[in-house]
Amino acid sequence: MTPGQYLGCLRGILVREGLRFVHQRERFFGSLVRPLVWLFIFAAGFRSILGVSIIPPYHTYILYEEYIIPGLAAMILLFSGMQSSLSMVYDREMGSMRLLMVSPFPRWYLLLSKLAAGALVAVIQVYVFLAIAWLWDVRPPVMGYLYVLPALLLCGLMLGALGLFLSSFIRQLENFAGVMNFVIFPMFFASSALYPLWRIRDSSVALYEICRFNPFTWAVELIRFSLYDQMNWIALGGVLAALAAFLGAALYGYDPGRGMMTRKQGV
Amino acid sequence: MTREVPTTVALEIERVDFAYPRRCVLQKVSFTVPEGRFCVLLGLNGAGKTTLFSLITRLFLCQAGSIRIFGHDVRRQGRRALSYLGVVFQQPTLDLDLTVHQNLSYYCALHGLPRREVGGKVKGTLRAIGLADRANDKARELSGGQRRRLELSRAFLHRPRLLLADEPTVGLDIQSRQAILRQVREGCDRDGVGVLWATHLVDEVRPEDALVVIHEGTVRAQGTAAQVMAETSTHSVHQAFNSLTGGDPT
Repeated sequence: MTPGQYLGCLRGILVREGLRFVHQRERFFGSLVRPLVWLFIFAAGFRSILGVSIIPPYHTYILYEEYIIPGLAAMILLFSGMQSSLSMVYDREMGSMRLLMVSPFPRWYLLLSKLAAGALVAVIQVYVFLAIAWLWDVRPPVMGYLYVLPALLLCGLMLGALGLFLSSFIRQLENFAGVMNFVIFPMFFASSALYPLWRIRDSSVALYEICRFNPFTWAVELIRFSLYDQMNWIALGGVLAALAAFLGAALYGYDPGRGMMTRKQGV
Repeated sequence: MTREVPTTVALEIERVDFAYPRRCVLQKVSFTVPEGRFCVLLGLNGAGKTTLFSLITRLFLCQAGSIRIFGHDVRRQGRRALSYLGVVFQQPTLDLDLTVHQNLSYYCALHGLPRREVGGKVKGTLRAIGLADRANDKARELSGGQRRRLELSRAFLHRPRLLLADEPTVGLDIQSRQAILRQVREGCDRDGVGVLWATHLVDEVRPEDALVVIHEGTVRAQGTAAQVMAETSTHSVHQAFNSLTGGDPT
């Protein structure tokens, strides 16, 4: 296989995922409604209760709406990552996963391409959300919209890889909802998405430590700092490490000799 | 009419074992499919045909024995081995939300076909199966028979040298079944493609076809269909199959 053929394969997978996304408009609106409800209703209601002190990367007091924007952007990536893993389970049940797996390209390349396609679709959703937030008067620095792009892609890949790993051992679509309840909500709430971690430390040091090492917290903080023209190296390192771990686990899960597929009797 | 005797082995399965955690599915399965030959893998539901296909296509790895495609071991040279294969799975694999054209283009991308060739190949394929005017319809708008023929034609897009078809005619009416069989046999004769055709429908077997009868995970008989009938002292494939699988041989 030549580099051109590799690119053609990637392009084919990107186009397919893009078309699927376009054909499922309700998925697009559904993914936007969730964070917008948090922004328009939850944040407005809790603005006066949940005060936020001056913490990096902010240089002044900010409104609660502004604080939760990176968390909600990460929430879109998280749900989108899980949505793609849901589509992997669906693809497997419908047989189209087999089509992908019998391609002569390396399996890691195929899975990575699928992951990249899912991350790109998610990033588009985040930008639409950021545009709506801008209209809602939440306006990070203009350059932040550019700097946040690689952070969003990286976090999208990391959360997508987590979904990919989960999909490798979920046999049926029906089992998916249960697993999601044990992944999405704990990850989201035990993070810095909705409240700064110092507030959690005031309540429980143990919970604070859990939140600190939650990969979703690293994703939120990486997005938060990038959106405000800054770099959080610890968050970047954490996201990269989590990406490597989840990706490794996902590739293991989809390995025909070692992974879960044989035990689950189906791909 | 004399027919050239094929010599190259397209698929070689040698003493393959496979078991799920609580169930043994295949035991010491061995047979070969020569290039350009139509080989029927005949077995009842649950005989192990689909598991065997999963092993050949490297979705699973066999626990003992070996599988080689044109001499390339599926375990060690998986990508090379897969590059020779066209596969039609038992489960439909078309993306129903994409158009007919998009489905075929996606397949071409997965098999590394150059972009400049894709348009022509897709058009030619659709014309050959009478679906040229449906190129922009969503796959879900096609009938069951049309979808199956599309999947089959798609499997030929990258000019495979070995076609695996896992019960592709199940659930179709007799005319669709015949059309699909004719299409594959033509590909086999014209292009010299080796075919492994899994089915439980005995009327899809011709006397000159290579036949492998599989039952409860073991190969019960192999040879041409005529040879298997002679060995079992029966007068039809149906009788031979029943006598080998514990059914009523009459």
